[in-house]
Amino acid sequence: MTQKRRNAAFRFTAGAATFALLGVLWYVTTSATQILPSVYFPTPAEVWQALRQITVEGYAGGRLHEHFLHSGKLVLMGFVAAVSIGVPLGMLMGGSRRAEAAVNPVFLLLRPIPPLAWIPLAIVWLGLGDAAKVLVIWFAAFVPAVINSYAGVRSIEPHLIEAARSLGVNRTMLIREVLLPGSLPLVFTGLRLALQACWTTLVAGELIGAIVGLGHVLYQAGLDLFPSMIVVGMLGVAIAGGMMTMALEWLESRAIPWRTMSTRL
Amino acid sequence: MARIASDSLAHDEHALVKRREFLVLSVIGLGVFFGVWALASLGGLAPRQFLPPPWTVAAKFIDLIHEPFAGYTLQQHLLSSFTRFGMGFALAVLIGVPLGLAMGWFRWLDAIVSPLFDALRFVAPIAWVPFAALWFGTGIGGPVLVIFTGAFPPCVINAYRGARYVDKHLIEAAQTLGARHWHIITEVLLPASVPSIVAGLRVSAGLAWQSLIGAELIVASSGIGYLLVKGQASISTSIVMSGMIAIGIVGFAIDTLLQSLEASIYRRRGRK
Repeated sequence: MTQKRRNAAFRFTAGAATFALLGVLWYVTTSATQILPSVYFPTPAEVWQALRQITVEGYAGGRLHEHFLHSGKLVLMGFVAAVSIGVPLGMLMGGSRRAEAAVNPVFLLLRPIPPLAWIPLAIVWLGLGDAAKVLVIWFAAFVPAVINSYAGVRSIEPHLIEAARSLGVNRTMLIREVLLPGSLPLVFTGLRLALQACWTTLVAGELIGAIVGLGHVLYQAGLDLFPSMIVVGMLGVAIAGGMMTMALEWLESRAIPWRTMSTRL
Repeated sequence: MARIASDSLAHDEHALVKRREFLVLSVIGLGVFFGVWALASLGGLAPRQFLPPPWTVAAKFIDLIHEPFAGYTLQQHLLSSFTRFGMGFALAVLIGVPLGLAMGWFRWLDAIVSPLFDALRFVAPIAWVPFAALWFGTGIGGPVLVIFTGAFPPCVINAYRGARYVDKHLIEAAQTLGARHWHIITEVLLPASVPSIVAGLRVSAGLAWQSLIGAELIVASSGIGYLLVKGQASISTSIVMSGMIAIGIVGFAIDTLLQSLEASIYRRRGRK
């Protein structure tokens, strides 16, 4: 126990020291000595200024919270739409050989195409607005949602299903009491992958064409050769992505408490 | 004996019927997919330019092999994409795998690099595009950096995990025989973590290919992603779809190649 605690303390100090050192290094190479010219990498003061500019005056069509909310809204819309279709479809494919036979070939055909490659097609079909982005995000989340729900149902031990059947449960009960809880751990793995894919795809979509959004901030900053704003945009992308992942992890710990228990042991 | 034989025969027959049903359903599934597509296109659900029927796309795909579009033919675009992919991926493997192994051996390195890694994890590779373009331009350097940021993490993480889960006895044995740090890493950790590393390579290659497409969609003047953007700009759905098909085929080929590498390594390990 003490060994473990000492270990954690060591890791924490090392991590804190690394970040502190990096901060000092950043200051020394940019502000103090200008080894890294600020055309290529901004000084801490410049980043602070860019952050103030985007929160107070706004940049690239909106203020920071507007970009945040807009990007977040699109990801949430695409993600929810994909999950609410993809998870049931995947579970259906896992539960029924017939459904698998009918759907799987089409799926295998579409699966190797990365979600980002759908962006130009979505733009041709739906233009540069939000609809195109939601379509691509939907697609990005759909594939992992289906695959993992399918794998989730398949990972349930056949004995459990047979036992439930021999106890005479009906279809609804079987789904609610056995298939659904049994496949949840893998379903959540799928959701996490789906969310990551959504987020990457959204940023790419907004970089390619958008009016507001965090990706658009990055695009505009790149166009304006504005390195400090690029850093702010990247921080925004990282923080928003991190927050969403944490929200999903919280949801997962509520939905399947037994999983975290077993990994903790 | 005879009963068992007839039983297994009946079972085979049953399986055969099942397989035939499976096949029929698969064909029906594909048929419905292409049928709906063709009908939607022919029925005028959308203008032909926006939704060409499957055979128009197939014809365009073949056309693109002969006639250059956006400056190059399809193969030339693929070749320039593949060069970037190879460079970014190779760079990620050459830096990532040794770093991961070293992190698995030296605790101080692990303690320094892991927090940085956790912090950078949430930055999507695609978000590096503006800096990549600013620092290295839009030719080769910029896209290669974006591919690198996509491919790097799985290389490091899997090499690290592989090195951490090496049998302690092997390390102790090597130490009692007087192996130095360098020898332990190259002679013990590396061979023991090959399966984990190869699994990481597969994930890494997939992410690299996807990041490459993203980078080329945003900044490039050749490559398969650039072909897509040009097709989009000239509102030619059939060109965009042909490009997507090519991307899918190459991505699939890369994955299959690494999968067979993975399988052959597992087979060889199993025989040992």
